[in-house]
Amino acid sequence: MMDAVRLYCRYVGVSVRAQMQYPASFVMMTIGMFAVTAVEFAWVWALFSRFGTLQGWALPEVALLYGMVHIAFAVAEAAARGFDIFHRQVRGGDFDRILVRPRSTVLQVIGMEFQLMRVGRLAQALLVLVWAVAALGVRLTLGRALLLVASILGGGFLFAGLFVLQATLSFWSVESLEMVNMATYGGVEAGQFPLSIYRPSFRNFFLFVIPLATVNYLPALAIAGKTDPLGFPVWLQWASPLIGILFFLMSLLVWQVGVRHYTSTGS
Amino acid sequence: MAPLPQVIVENLAKTYRIAKRRTGFLGALGGIARREYHLVRALTGVSFELEPGELVGYIGPNGAGKSTTIKILSGILVPDSGRCQILGKVPWRERAAYVGQIGVVFGQRSQLWWDLPVVDSFDLLRDIYRVPPARYGQSKDTLVQALGLAPLLDVPVRQLSLGQRMRCELAASLLHAPRLLFLDEPTIGLDAVSKLAVRDFIRELNRQRELTVILTTHDMDDIEALCHRVMVIGRGSILFDGTLDRLRASVSPERRLIIEVPPELPLPELALPAARVVKREGEQVHISFDPRVVRPAQLIGELSASLPLRDLYVVNPPIEEIIAKLYGVFDL
Amino acid sequence: MKPYLSVLRIRSLVLLQYRMAAFAGMCTQILFGWVRVMILEGFYTSSTALQPMSYAQAVTYIWLGQAMLRMLPWDGDLEIQAMIRKGDLAYELCRPLGLYEHWFARAIALRTAPTLIRALPVFAFAFFLLPGPYRMQPPPGWLEMGAWVLTSVGALLLSAAITNIINISMLWTISGEGVLRLLPALVLIFSGMIVPLPLLPEWSQAVLRFLPFSGLVDTPSRFYLGHLPVSQLPGYLGTQLAWTGLLVALGRWLLHRGMKRVVVQGG
Repeated sequence: MMDAVRLYCRYVGVSVRAQMQYPASFVMMTIGMFAVTAVEFAWVWALFSRFGTLQGWALPEVALLYGMVHIAFAVAEAAARGFDIFHRQVRGGDFDRILVRPRSTVLQVIGMEFQLMRVGRLAQALLVLVWAVAALGVRLTLGRALLLVASILGGGFLFAGLFVLQATLSFWSVESLEMVNMATYGGVEAGQFPLSIYRPSFRNFFLFVIPLATVNYLPALAIAGKTDPLGFPVWLQWASPLIGILFFLMSLLVWQVGVRHYTSTGS
Repeated sequence: MAPLPQVIVENLAKTYRIAKRRTGFLGALGGIARREYHLVRALTGVSFELEPGELVGYIGPNGAGKSTTIKILSGILVPDSGRCQILGKVPWRERAAYVGQIGVVFGQRSQLWWDLPVVDSFDLLRDIYRVPPARYGQSKDTLVQALGLAPLLDVPVRQLSLGQRMRCELAASLLHAPRLLFLDEPTIGLDAVSKLAVRDFIRELNRQRELTVILTTHDMDDIEALCHRVMVIGRGSILFDGTLDRLRASVSPERRLIIEVPPELPLPELALPAARVVKREGEQVHISFDPRVVRPAQLIGELSASLPLRDLYVVNPPIEEIIAKLYGVFDL
Repeated sequence: MKPYLSVLRIRSLVLLQYRMAAFAGMCTQILFGWVRVMILEGFYTSSTALQPMSYAQAVTYIWLGQAMLRMLPWDGDLEIQAMIRKGDLAYELCRPLGLYEHWFARAIALRTAPTLIRALPVFAFAFFLLPGPYRMQPPPGWLEMGAWVLTSVGALLLSAAITNIINISMLWTISGEGVLRLLPALVLIFSGMIVPLPLLPEWSQAVLRFLPFSGLVDTPSRFYLGHLPVSQLPGYLGTQLAWTGLLVALGRWLLHRGMKRVVVQGG
């Protein structure tokens, strides 16, 4: 296990060094990403300045959701980038190379690239989150702070799990990847706003199929000290990180099925 | 008790299911879910054994099942049926443990990190294969010296020429001291000098380290320069397995007699039915004959009686022609 | 003209083959559209103030954008990218076609063929299958319909010109990567895909009007709705065509410079 962690760190180091070959372009790209995501948030702000509230949610509360989901997504995009771009590897036959090396496929794929540029999105989301917590006017107790950090981690695992599922799908067909993309980007999009504004079928989707609400909406209620208009039990608000990790572990099982399919068809 | 063969392959079979694409506007629009398949039998029963230290050439036309065999042997692909035991393991069943003991070079794909200096790739491979530091240092130094890599180590891989890169690829696949090496078209696209360097290195490697090597290639010079034993695959099964000389004999027993005569001299009709002139280039005249019917001495005797021979020698026909003939015999 | 038309036809045929991708993409577009509509519903029901655009109009605006999503210049031509990366441009130069025009014809195919197979099902879904408050509405009259068709053609040309800028920027490895990542984000944000542009603050309207991106989604959608009177058609169509002309000129200039670079480098 420690050995695997050490190898992962080596992979990250190598990847970062490769990206730092062009420092100027890296800085430009990061700033660009920061600016683009900042404008995205400005649009949310514009909607609030026009409509006032969103079904009883004020801007700082929605900003909390926004910050949490985007930080989680940025972390997953940086760390699990290897799975995100995996379809290219499969197509080029580079997965063969991974199979002839004596390490787990998951470790090797995840080590393929650590996308440092995502600090642009991360920084922007972090700023929004800090502002949100300050503007909320709730006391950030140790419990709440821990829950915040843990649910962001859980969210990172959940998005990483989605990337793993997307990569798994590409063992069969690279054409249908958009399906998972839909869940991922749709999840980010939907997660920026409170679950309660969506129709029940959508709520159930984000609770039970891709449990994004459990690492975003539910813990955010606990952190912001809001009562849940949907009436879910309070313990669920605190269980979120576990659910994200569970989702990730399950996606790894599905991945193994994909690898088995690949080794029996060689497609 | 004699040691067991290092590689045992018995009756490997593999069939692929390939989806058909439909063409035309209507075909494209119609039926998202419906798909038709056809079956491709890539391997129909491949068997062979390799002893430690053998260097075997594995050849065959495209689509004959070469790369399917290599993929199964290197643990990438699971066969439909058949047995395979390499270094005491079943490749696809104990993948991680097995592949730590083999090395693989895919000539068309790189295993090095594109944007990084070569030495960084080597270091990363050390960690991936868990090579102990002392052994790694030694192994790296030997390879760097043997392949002349010293000036390349700090160059990013993307800046290397193909020949330089292939030398680095070879080193990369040997850092962990594998006992079995798969070389899949290692000389493809290389210039003549690099080809020679790669061949020399492989030959030395096989000799000094007693490393077993399976080489697939389309370049018959590779085979001629390196392999004592050749396996030819076609249509999913092994058509021939034996020495290069036997391959020549089995396909065509012909030999070539090359004589040198003044270029303007008219040639006499040969009285021997099994010999004929195949080519005349300047002073050289190539005469093909079947040694089972015509003894070389007989042929030379007859020629020297009627012609002022300046020089003469007997050679084997070029291997390309043999292989082309072999494929012709089996209608590949 | 004829060779370009046949490039257009052949590329369209090829692109129409990706049926799974089309189906997956369609689902994505419907889901995204629905999420956005629900978010807008949440905002509209939170305020009684008069808005620059009615809720029903905003819903139709969103669906128009989603149905025509593939027409947006949100990616480049993958085959051209691969060709540039492999250094196979020499073949392209051997053809008796203008390189810019050839790529432009391909870009038109790339922006129309996938749109054709996806737009109709999305429209059908948005018109008939959704619950009442989320449904799309037909245009108020034939004039508006005609204005929509015309400005959609304008949007297509504009989109192909931007697509070609993305293609051409790939001649510069590093900057190309930046353009490929940032330009699509700008397109989404400033075209009206994320939030209907009329809902953004008053002071930003003039800027948005004269950026090239509003011509892609906002202009056709608002003519469809009758939100822009048909009498203003010449002005808006003029803006689309002026930007197209400008971007084509920029693209040609960049291509000229880029090819010189490539030839000098011997790539």
